[in-house]
Amino acid sequence: MKVQGTVWKFGDNVDTDLIIPARFLNSSDRDELARNCFADIRPGFMDMISPGDILVAGNNFGSGSSREHAPLAIKAAGIGVVVAENFARIFYRNAFNVGLPILESKEAPQSVNEGSLVSVDLATGEIVNMNTGQQFFAKPVPRFMREIVDAGGLVEYVKKKGLTGRGAS
Amino acid sequence: MPMTMTEKILAQHASRTDVSPGDLIEVKVDLAMANDITAPLAIAVFNEVGNQPVFDPNRIALIPDHFVPNKDIESAEQAKVMREFAVHHQIHHYYEVGQSGIEHVLLPEKGLVIPGDLVIGADSHTCTYGALGAFSTGVGSTDLGVILATGKTWLKVPPTIKIEYEGSLLPWVRGKDLILYTLGTLGVDGANYCALEFSGSVIEELPMAQRFTMTNMAIEAGAKNGIIEPDEITLAFVAERSHRTPLVCISDPGADYEKVIKIVVDTIEPQIALPHSPANVRPLSKVPHISLDQVFIGSCTNGYLEDLREAATILKGRKVAKGIRLIVIPGSQLIYSEAIEQGIIKTLIDAGAVIGPPCCGPCLGGHLGILAEGERAVSTSNRNFIGRMGHPKSEVYLASPAIAAASAVVGYIAGPEEL
Repeated sequence: MKVQGTVWKFGDNVDTDLIIPARFLNSSDRDELARNCFADIRPGFMDMISPGDILVAGNNFGSGSSREHAPLAIKAAGIGVVVAENFARIFYRNAFNVGLPILESKEAPQSVNEGSLVSVDLATGEIVNMNTGQQFFAKPVPRFMREIVDAGGLVEYVKKKGLTGRGAS
Repeated sequence: MPMTMTEKILAQHASRTDVSPGDLIEVKVDLAMANDITAPLAIAVFNEVGNQPVFDPNRIALIPDHFVPNKDIESAEQAKVMREFAVHHQIHHYYEVGQSGIEHVLLPEKGLVIPGDLVIGADSHTCTYGALGAFSTGVGSTDLGVILATGKTWLKVPPTIKIEYEGSLLPWVRGKDLILYTLGTLGVDGANYCALEFSGSVIEELPMAQRFTMTNMAIEAGAKNGIIEPDEITLAFVAERSHRTPLVCISDPGADYEKVIKIVVDTIEPQIALPHSPANVRPLSKVPHISLDQVFIGSCTNGYLEDLREAATILKGRKVAKGIRLIVIPGSQLIYSEAIEQGIIKTLIDAGAVIGPPCCGPCLGGHLGILAEGERAVSTSNRNFIGRMGHPKSEVYLASPAIAAASAVVGYIAGPEEL
């Protein structure tokens, strides 16, 4: 599956308090979370972006609190894929579990800018900067984890495969 | 094959003789935990993956602590979802407001975690229980929802970074200062995906409360878990609270570490983490004059009886500076009660502190002490991210209870020796 959209660029160590401040955690309603995504650093983020746009960040994206509301908020706001140099570990797991596509690439975040038009192939991990033609390849994701995202998250995946079929996944 | 203590606990729970860093394993979970913020999402997942009983109603802890006593209608609804689930599934370790406390303070206090256990919690500070020689780590709500049904999860075996603390501590230097210093050394991603093993003669001397403070903040370096070898201090703590037999896992000589860092503590002063990162650490003497509006003593990092006692020692016979709000929140109902019996609460109140009910309080910007625009606070909690305790233009300085108490007296960041 290919995602093509405008890049919204963030720096290093974007923590989950920045993604969705705790004062909004009295709700897990997807629309509420989307509305309050990045409320403190980019108020109105959801209204600025178009569905399928691409969030590009630096090192350690999603650090801090384990709140699953963070990847949910990003997904509900309409972001099609997050590309970061790397992710904090709880966020990484949560993103797959809620079906938010994420990819790790050292090079892409350093070479694309806010506003760049970028195309991402979620299956192959190919990232293309449509403005410059530059091409990058994200760290490959094991098949079973791609299947979780493709299914729309762990719940849908488990419904399809059954709890006992989880194996080492 | 020589293994670290983290690897030993993971191997044991995967029914394997050994594991190596990078192995993907399926593990049996001894205790699964969630709170009033993370449980509702986990319960939704649990209900969606099939109508079934929980894997074991005695191995699940559901703790209302983040937005309780409920701060608004939405929080009350969330707490209600968890309460009704606990009743319906006869969850043994559900503790209502009035018998409860902060999850990470409460679980060890109730003897629910012992050495060798594997604990998964839907809260990033679940790494706290590593102070008991257990493997414990935080996950999101979906992972926890599936664990509620199966009692199992998958984990990648982390490489271990060992930190050895040697030497003698200066006056007023505590576990909080050691972990802040360590975070300053490692950075906020310095232990990403790793186990952090705290060791050395300094750790062996630390009482449990200060060990919990250290493992609590392992996540602030991105670690999967923090861990300390169980010793006599650990076993005495556990024996008073649990009848189960601990599984004491000690790292083998020759175990493979990703890195070993030696820290000589002799010259380490009390440490302060400046805004907006727990790794933005300076020794107290290098912190400029920072005037304050609020001081918070509490949280799963420093809400222990020892922490309140330390604050009371400093505040005894003194007053909180004019214009400063000192908020103290005991970590659990038991700690609150003991602090009353020992006269600690009276001392704090006489000094001008307000005492909050045992809960997370303002630590995560929930309630009971939110900061306004431009306000500055010293907090004994674990995070000082932008907007963590309130307005995005407020500032949080992390420190030990001793520094917090002294700062409350003078109105700016200071140590007890400046009083």
